[in-house]
Amino acid sequence: MRLLSIDSSGLTASVAVTEDDRLIAEYNVNYKKTHSQTLLPMIDEILRMTELDPETLDAVAVSKGPGSFTGLRIGSAAAKGLAQALNIPIIEIPTLLGLACNAFGSDEIICPIMDARRSQVYTALYRCMSKTEDLLNFREWEELKEQCAIGIGELTAELNGRFSETDRILFLGDGVPVFREYLDTNLRVSHSYAPSHMNRQRAAAFAPLAIKYYREGKTVSCFDHAPEYLRLSQAEREKNEGIRQKGAAY
Amino acid sequence: MRKKAVMTMEKTELRILAVETSCDETAAAVMKNGREILSNVIYSQIDLHTLYGGVVPEIASRKHIEKICQVIDKALSDASVTLDDIDVIAVTYGPGLVGALLVGVSAAKAIAFAKKKPLVGVHHIEGHISANYIEYPELEPPFVTLVASGGHSHLALVKDYGVYEILGRTRDDAAGEAFDKVARAIGLGYPGGPKIDRAAKEGDPYAIELPRAKVGDSDFDFSFSGLKSAVLNYLNSEKMAGREIRVNDVAASFQQAVVDVLVSHTMEAIDRYGQKKLAIAGGVASNTALRAAFEEACAARDVRFYRPSPILCTDNAAMIGCAAYYEYLRGVRHGWDLNAVPALKLGETN
Repeated sequence: MRLLSIDSSGLTASVAVTEDDRLIAEYNVNYKKTHSQTLLPMIDEILRMTELDPETLDAVAVSKGPGSFTGLRIGSAAAKGLAQALNIPIIEIPTLLGLACNAFGSDEIICPIMDARRSQVYTALYRCMSKTEDLLNFREWEELKEQCAIGIGELTAELNGRFSETDRILFLGDGVPVFREYLDTNLRVSHSYAPSHMNRQRAAAFAPLAIKYYREGKTVSCFDHAPEYLRLSQAEREKNEGIRQKGAAY
Repeated sequence: MRKKAVMTMEKTELRILAVETSCDETAAAVMKNGREILSNVIYSQIDLHTLYGGVVPEIASRKHIEKICQVIDKALSDASVTLDDIDVIAVTYGPGLVGALLVGVSAAKAIAFAKKKPLVGVHHIEGHISANYIEYPELEPPFVTLVASGGHSHLALVKDYGVYEILGRTRDDAAGEAFDKVARAIGLGYPGGPKIDRAAKEGDPYAIELPRAKVGDSDFDFSFSGLKSAVLNYLNSEKMAGREIRVNDVAASFQQAVVDVLVSHTMEAIDRYGQKKLAIAGGVASNTALRAAFEEACAARDVRFYRPSPILCTDNAAMIGCAAYYEYLRGVRHGWDLNAVPALKLGETN
């Protein structure tokens, strides 16, 4: 099973080629160029470097969202175009679960946070669980909190209420530099922050999960894949708010 | 093996798959040798945007990503070809809404990359101009062209395929934008072009005196924001005076003012550059009063008048495939780093 995985949900553009349990190549760029300029040249580069024909790919995995609306669409459109042209399926990885995969094996509570602007974060909570006692290395992701967009204050209150002082939380994602000071001041649960090699989106990190999904048949066609934004467009939001206000007036 | 042999034999045929997502239409087409449409698929989002009185960029982008593969798939199946039969992938990369453009650009690049096909990025306006080549197989440069749509108003001299001299452009609102804004002000709604066209047929084009703006330092540039303001001022003063607005008269008078300016500028260019052919393009080129005025002005000067049928005036990918054909013949190829350029200027394509 040869997989190309893509993540352009945040500032980092990340692509990887994985063959079963072997990472063949990965390429991560966190630079100011737009994903439109970097993503496909990166895919071209790693396939040429590893002398792989795109035709030999079995599937393409892509970060489904949330994230930058435009970033998500660049990754999605690339995945859809590749899947359509090569007649292969797409594996959708929730962005925050993909981020959590960086901390595979950790016994901490994993809390990815992405800066969603307006003092909000895209976040979720995961724990890397041993699924059964008898299988040594078989672990699975337990979702403690579904992906959502919430205020950093609300998240902190929830964490304070939900976890005790003996629990430990690991934060990662581009929300960390924005909210680290806030968390250190307001969060009572003991916590730490992931280092640079695992604190941003990394296509290689979620490839094993994508391959697992592929084997379980959890794939979609190029026609059915679309990003999940977790937020309406501004126009739709304002329209809904207008309707609500009008409703309240009557 | 057999397929390969057949392909070599038919090598004189060049098939282009073209993709267009610059605004609110998700479109794909397969073109043969530039001017023959094998398929032309347009998924229009207009109903979605009507709720908001105009195109909402984020909603347009979201719809494009949902529909892009279906539209491409239908274009291929309507043309009875597969991607293996395609020689070139073409895509609009500007001007337009950046988020919308990026969907088409990213998908087209991925397809071209996966199938190892050359990629040609196309200027949206060049596509509109090229719609005339599809409609009129005999049309060849040089000619004067007027492109008027919701986002663009350009007057240009087409010297050769892909070689343009811009004579004039709008300084503020595009012609189609003015139609949309006036239509909204008189309660006709979105999209303004066809609605004003219809209402104007029942109105008096000289009922209301409106300005025909000349841009001081240029004979060929347009300005429509003053005209739009004049209409809004008129509506306000009538409202203040408690008089009823005659919607059809406002529509007809406004439309006449736009038509007068477009036609006078264009015919002035025809005369100055000694041209014998005029080709119009873009959504506003569907306007019946504009077509009639041009027909009359061209007949009076013995100028041949070309105007694409309405389906080719709207945003579509067939015109992009046609423009790409001539760009391809000129040796234009784009790399995998092709980006969307929302304010791409005509003649500045690289």
